Amino acid sequence: MEKEQDSILDEVTSGEYKYGFHSDIETEKIQKGLNEDVVRIISAKKNEPEWLLEFRLKAYRHWLTMKMPVWPNLRIPEINYQEIIFYAAPKQRPALNSIDDIDPELKRTFDKLGIPLIEQAHLAGVAVDAVMDSVSVKTTFKETLAEMGIIFCSFSDAVKEYPELVRRYMGTVVPYTDNFFATLNSAVFSDGSFCYIPKGVRCPMELSTYFRINAANTGQFERTLLIADEEAYVSYLEGCTAPQRDENQLHAAIVEIIAEKNAEVKYSTVQNWYPGNKEGKGGIFNFVTKRGICRGESSKISWTQIETGSAITWKYPSCILRGDNSIGEFYSVAVTNNHQQADTGTKMIHIGKNTKSTIVSKGISAGRGQNSYRGLVKVLKNATNARNYSQCDSLLLGDKCGAHTFPYLEVDNQSAIVEHEATTSRIGEDQIFYCNQRGISTEDAIGLIVNGYAREVINKLPMEFAVEAQKLLQISLEGSVG
Amino acid sequence: MLVIDNLKVAINGKNILKGISLKIRPGEIHAIMGPNGSGKSTLAAVLAGRELGVVTGGTVTYYGKNLLEMAAEDRAKEGIFLGFQYPIEIPGVSMVNFMKTAVNEHRKHKGLDPLSASDFLKLMREKKELVEIDSKLANRSVNEGFSGGEKKKNEIFQMAMLEPKLAILDETDSGLDIDALRIVANGVNKIKRADNSFIVITHYQRLLDYIVPDVVHVLYDGRIVKTAGKELALELEEKGYDWIKKEVENNILV
Repeated sequence: MEKEQDSILDEVTSGEYKYGFHSDIETEKIQKGLNEDVVRIISAKKNEPEWLLEFRLKAYRHWLTMKMPVWPNLRIPEINYQEIIFYAAPKQRPALNSIDDIDPELKRTFDKLGIPLIEQAHLAGVAVDAVMDSVSVKTTFKETLAEMGIIFCSFSDAVKEYPELVRRYMGTVVPYTDNFFATLNSAVFSDGSFCYIPKGVRCPMELSTYFRINAANTGQFERTLLIADEEAYVSYLEGCTAPQRDENQLHAAIVEIIAEKNAEVKYSTVQNWYPGNKEGKGGIFNFVTKRGICRGESSKISWTQIETGSAITWKYPSCILRGDNSIGEFYSVAVTNNHQQADTGTKMIHIGKNTKSTIVSKGISAGRGQNSYRGLVKVLKNATNARNYSQCDSLLLGDKCGAHTFPYLEVDNQSAIVEHEATTSRIGEDQIFYCNQRGISTEDAIGLIVNGYAREVINKLPMEFAVEAQKLLQISLEGSVG
Repeated sequence: MLVIDNLKVAINGKNILKGISLKIRPGEIHAIMGPNGSGKSTLAAVLAGRELGVVTGGTVTYYGKNLLEMAAEDRAKEGIFLGFQYPIEIPGVSMVNFMKTAVNEHRKHKGLDPLSASDFLKLMREKKELVEIDSKLANRSVNEGFSGGEKKKNEIFQMAMLEPKLAILDETDSGLDIDALRIVANGVNKIKRADNSFIVITHYQRLLDYIVPDVVHVLYDGRIVKTAGKELALELEEKGYDWIKKEVENNILV
């Protein structure tokens, strides 16, 4: 009757990664390894203009001078960039005019992931850009959106069709020199999503990009560029999964957001890359640079992220609050179970007057997972009346996991008000027993408690995805009773 | 419905229950009284399936099944309810969500479909009225920030929702003022039917003014040392437990 906590903890997890399958799709890959020729090949494959190739080459040459950052609270095995394939694409017929032209296996893959490539009536509220490995395979509702002047397409198409827009904004929020992984991405990025909401337009549906890594030994390097012109509004969602493999795979993405005067961008992520097995073998290295700039006055950028996947997560979705009265928000739930590691948080850079930022970070650690919150709130000299509120909560399940908090505050203006609150709690055995005694199983009890704990963040997600996110949290923590 | 036969339980190597035998039939109310540290709460916890010690001997049979082999949630779904002495707070989980999950788990166990949102809310309203619980409590997180009295009333409310066959109330009366005590006792009396049973654990006679037991047991030093009708409670109130202690010591000496 006396059950050691250790033995409960060591019980094999019943939660299997649901998206670990691999699709047998004919894939075009280039040779593994990275050099200037590879950069040129990628650019040539996409028929890119000269300026873009130059951008890539500058980035590549700069990257050669850089070293991987060592400051994160992560143990990252050495990555051999000569063993990675930097471009892989599902082979497809050249002109993709209707859904019938898509490889049925490809369609089946996205069906299995619950991502409709066909514009379905009951999912009319969501437009999807589906990206597999290095290319975008299909964007739905493109025409409907175009009627309102909204551009939503793959990054490659944007380069071809709207080169001026891409050129004007790309690299303005995350310059190619920004950091090791952003620079790498700038050199070898393959595809991603592009979105432009014109002046005064409220995007009528959720835009979403679904990223899928399929091919083995490849890296995924996508770029997303989102521009909300004056008075525009858009809500954007990104989801990610990958097959179950024994080797680690690198994912180094860039997201840039620009919000002009009175514009509002809501960016939500449900990140469920393969986390590796229970012993910590395999899984995705998720090293991502996400940043938005509130350029115009009274603009707003809001990040919401549910991070349950990846072997290692290193990401800090940030806001540069340049416009007066602009608002930045960051709501995050990050789960680390088994051997997962996460070092995640945000940066809020207050430049304009009366700028406001809110940070709500909820870390959940189970198994041997290590979860770090790292956040910077920086108030510049001219940012009069800047206001920040940060709340960092950690929830521990079991006694072999860890939660760490690294808040940085740099305030150069006397009128600023910066608040930071932090709590650490654990799911107690007495709470579990209380639920058990009411007929609720231990797994369901943990689900209830974790979802209660994360509710503040989950509520920020578009409704369609909030339910998904709840289930995902529960699955991620199955078997991690403590 | 419940047969406890010579149950022995040790916690951290120390014998707490030293051979308890008890038989409860449908429709009966048993009161268990006794001084602090006699093992009352341990008995309640062991019956509910809390893993806090080792059963070193004896059996517990519930409707013909070996209760000690059942998981806590299965015991709950088979109709055993424990009213906690110290109800647990679960921040972030609303009472509505908590109860909905619990009620639907019970229904699933009985092969019934889950209740619709409106039926569930209707049921909550009925039961809230039955036990006179403040309707606002249901919208708050489970026990979070509840006063002592509110927590105890909330236990009775949950019992009303789950309609157990055997309810074990572990010192539900402790820390209650007379009004709250009356509400708790009335709740129990309204839930009482011919086929469900109660084990009421208490220090004091006063709860038994409202809930009239069929049998009163005195638990002392891990054993039931006296069993009698409801008049035993009055006798205890008058003479205190020292009388029992002396009697027990004398018996052992003899």
